[in-house]
Amino acid sequence: MKGEIYTETVIHSAPEAFVSEVPYQLVIVTLEDGHRVTGRILGGRVSIGDAVTLVEERNGVPFFTR
Amino acid sequence: MRSVAVIGIGKTPFGAFPDRDLRSLAVESAEKCLKNGHVSPNQVDAFYLGNFAGPSFVGQSHLAPYISTALGIMDVPSTRFEDACASSGAAFAQAFMAVASGAQDVVLVTGVEKMTSQATPRVAEILAMAGDTRDEGKAGATFPALFALIARRHMYQYGTTREHLAAVAVKNHANGAKNPDAHMKKVITMDQALAGKPISDPLTVYDCSLVSDGAASVLIAPLERAAEFTNKPVQVMGLAQTSDHVALDQKDDITTFRAVSTAAAKAYKMAGVTAADIQFAEVHDCFTIAEILAIEDLGFVKKGEGGFYSLAGNTCLRAEKPINTSGGLKSKGHPVGATGVAQICDVVLQIRGEAGERQVTRNQIGLAQNLGGSGATCVVTILGAAA
Repeated sequence: MKGEIYTETVIHSAPEAFVSEVPYQLVIVTLEDGHRVTGRILGGRVSIGDAVTLVEERNGVPFFTR
Repeated sequence: MRSVAVIGIGKTPFGAFPDRDLRSLAVESAEKCLKNGHVSPNQVDAFYLGNFAGPSFVGQSHLAPYISTALGIMDVPSTRFEDACASSGAAFAQAFMAVASGAQDVVLVTGVEKMTSQATPRVAEILAMAGDTRDEGKAGATFPALFALIARRHMYQYGTTREHLAAVAVKNHANGAKNPDAHMKKVITMDQALAGKPISDPLTVYDCSLVSDGAASVLIAPLERAAEFTNKPVQVMGLAQTSDHVALDQKDDITTFRAVSTAAAKAYKMAGVTAADIQFAEVHDCFTIAEILAIEDLGFVKKGEGGFYSLAGNTCLRAEKPINTSGGLKSKGHPVGATGVAQICDVVLQIRGEAGERQVTRNQIGLAQNLGGSGATCVVTILGAAA
């Protein structure tokens, strides 16, 4: 599934369960059908407007890559 | 509906108080408030409590009677309201309706939160419960991250800059330094604000409000009875509470808080005023970007221009329409459940002319805007000097 980055942030200060992963990038992606989902990025950082592809879901969280 | 007046206010200082428990903070603010309103506990018809996460922060539920009985208030309805950071705004809205409808006469509303007894990662986890824990929390979202997502999009759409955000922090710290009850009475410079430790890009530690302990209380009564209690009654001219999606990805446009604009429109209509008539406001600056959205969504400035307007000094203490003369959540502190009522106390102080060094001269009509979560709840209250 493809989509476009609607907005993004790199998190430096995380909740207990995510402390080992910082810094990590959180995104909202507008999918091709117009729906938006909150997810994460694998690989290099992305910016608003970048085209991304869904790679996998982990624990119900969509992971995208450029 | 009957007209309603604020007849008493009381607050604890906001800060980190390791020796104080939740109940003692709530009781201190309420006792100050009862004294301020010349009301005895047996005259109180109901107790409405705003508290976000007492069960998680301090391990205590059933908080309203736990507090009201300690005040000597017995045999009346005593209930806790929870709407995230708008918990005490929501409690105030319900209390207002109880008095306006004629169901109750003298109602005490208290907001309280005791946050600093938990370590930062646990505080982040508890606060994240005000977002969507399934779709946002599981992805690793924090509360600063949700507002960072909003800030990035606002920057992209409207050209808002890091300097615009920093200007909000610098101004609120300057005001808070004049507030004896503020958590962080410290002036900061633009350079300091820009060089803050990154929390969630583009937000730094200086863009985030404080994790605080504190409580605030107000007493309300029918306007026709206000003179029994105070010679400085302040009328609730307009009040509205509205709601929106909890998760950001469900909103059409995250650069606007729909709940803020809808609550403002209803409150303005009820008060018979427009945004231009508001002379000063306490807005919910949980993050600097939230103050920029607030002044836009309240109609003080056009959408997209809030950052430019702030950097130009239009929200400062001596500007025409000062914003957050208390120092806001940024400097005054943000014990989340206390914030909504604390904002109302700060507006009442200004209208009474009791705001000391931070007193504004155009003080007849003020507004308080209390936001829950990343915009799923908003309570807008318009207060004015009673004729």
